Amino acid sequence: MANTVNPKYEIEEITVDNLVSRSEELIKSGYRFSQANAAYVDEKFELSYSFSNYDNYDLLNLRLVIDTDTEVKSITEVVPAAVFYENEMHELFGVNIVDIALDYKDRLYRIKKECPFGPDKKEEE
Amino acid sequence: MANITRSPWLLHYDGSSCNGCDIEVLACLTPVYDAERFGIINTGDPMQADIFLITGGVNEQNMPVVKQLYEQMPEPKVVVAVGVCACTGGVFKDCYNIIGGADVAIPVDIYVPGCAARPQAIIDGIVKAVALFQERAQKSEKEVDKVG
Amino acid sequence: MGKRSVIPFGPQHPVLPEPIHLDLVVEDEKIVEAIPSIGFVHRGLESLIDKRDFNQLTYVVERTCGICSFQHGMGYCECVEHIFDVEVPRRARFLRTIWAELSRMHSHLLWAGLLADAFGYENLFYQCWRIREKVLDLHELTAGGRVIFSVNKVGGVIKDIDEDKLKVILDTIKDIEKELKVISKTFFKDYSVQSRLKGVGILTPEQINALGAVGPMARASGVSNDMRSLGYAAYDEIDFEPVVSNDCDCYARCYVRIMEIFQSIDIIRQAIDKIPKEDELAAVIKGNPNGEYFMRLEQPRGEAFYYVKANGKPNLQRMRVRTPTFANVPALCEMLKNTEVADVGILVVTIDPCISCTER
Repeated sequence: MANTVNPKYEIEEITVDNLVSRSEELIKSGYRFSQANAAYVDEKFELSYSFSNYDNYDLLNLRLVIDTDTEVKSITEVVPAAVFYENEMHELFGVNIVDIALDYKDRLYRIKKECPFGPDKKEEE
Repeated sequence: MANITRSPWLLHYDGSSCNGCDIEVLACLTPVYDAERFGIINTGDPMQADIFLITGGVNEQNMPVVKQLYEQMPEPKVVVAVGVCACTGGVFKDCYNIIGGADVAIPVDIYVPGCAARPQAIIDGIVKAVALFQERAQKSEKEVDKVG
Repeated sequence: MGKRSVIPFGPQHPVLPEPIHLDLVVEDEKIVEAIPSIGFVHRGLESLIDKRDFNQLTYVVERTCGICSFQHGMGYCECVEHIFDVEVPRRARFLRTIWAELSRMHSHLLWAGLLADAFGYENLFYQCWRIREKVLDLHELTAGGRVIFSVNKVGGVIKDIDEDKLKVILDTIKDIEKELKVISKTFFKDYSVQSRLKGVGILTPEQINALGAVGPMARASGVSNDMRSLGYAAYDEIDFEPVVSNDCDCYARCYVRIMEIFQSIDIIRQAIDKIPKEDELAAVIKGNPNGEYFMRLEQPRGEAFYYVKANGKPNLQRMRVRTPTFANVPALCEMLKNTEVADVGILVVTIDPCISCTER
């Protein structure tokens, strides 16, 4: 049908240093923040920050592969909507995110188990 | 308070359910199933409630909430666990944040199975709860008479 | 300037069937700030990837939320199908579309009822739920369950809807359309409804963009964005335009959702008209998934994200659900600023909160 769109779908590898600046660039060029998530794969964290566009439905994922203790600067100063996502990554995975605008300090979900998705989990099993 | 079966008041709280049972509890009270024909009113105030319907399992954070709601209800009271998650933890039993069914936090009298529990089953549970409530009310009345 | 105080809202609140807690910082009757705290429904179902394989996970995912259950299952299955790169039989794609739209109708009618309840119009609440029961009867007829369908599987669907049942669906949606027209007049024209909804909770398109709101929230602020345009399931063969309003307030959100029920009725008619006769309902899946994919789909509450990462083993490495309410909570907090305490109930309901989804 005429109204189906064919959007871009990209995964772009970036480094810790240019996460904030790249996010800012995307927001300024009309993208909006969609989601952020983490995965713990092969003893490394894989963070994905997704940005999409309301008008043409493009999806751009910033992929960050880091060691478990690497410090990541929060993007909340340029993307306020990322607050919950970053708190979630910090609480459930133990990703070391600093300078979150509204830091719940691991009290977002208030779970008993520490970082259930993070490195410790695999060692237990 | 000789015959209270005609107007028991309900309190509903969603533990950590998937929502399916909650909307079925609400659907029970709306025209097609119409549990209100038993004189039931869905109240938001635990201090005026007689029957406590709880859906979903109990987790770390809502444990104190569930306990507090139960304690705020006046005696006598009846607890109905609606849906398999409230009975045992259900499909989420293995999740790290689920402690178990509703009975890990408060004493449960009636278990309604189902995922999601059907309105017919919930109404059946409520009717049983009303009977049990009446029994308890009469028992406590007798005790009051003895003391008096 | 008055004294600031904090009013707690929830987790157990008469307006909401679900627990969310907001700390409302108020100055006189005006809200200065709203700080949400969640976690009352957090189960951690994403962690079940260790214990269930990718096929079994379909049933766990369906129970993320009882209201958009079917759409969760569909999103997950489509995501895994993308990784397998399999072609889903055309009839299965149409069946998914029909079920998805039926569940959207039930969700929106449910929401309309809750909204009516929130502003104290009990009669309207009951009318909406009475009509909704007809949709639930269709669910039961076609899938067997009222709220949880369990008809999806990776590769296609499990059940078929035969010709007779398709006819019943057509007849019933005709009834629903007729009754809905009567009710929608009350929502759109009634004086007291308008006085509670018009001009309340305004979000400009710029704010929507900055906060990343999705679904009917965004469309009510003039942002024409509907993930169904991506053409998953059979939406690529169906003609529709996103419902958009430019009023930006609660009334616009109500308008968008009610018009979307009519749109769903239209989509179901188109789908039943075009559904091909085929015997096959599911593609054969061999082996285990290997790869990753971000799937987006339009749930009743807006855009949902599914992320699956697999390495060729039966158990996935990571499965992530980003549900629409999670994206709409920042917008809610923004919207609550400078509103009256009396409007909080309505404002919370107009984002169509689904807390079970949000916290998983």
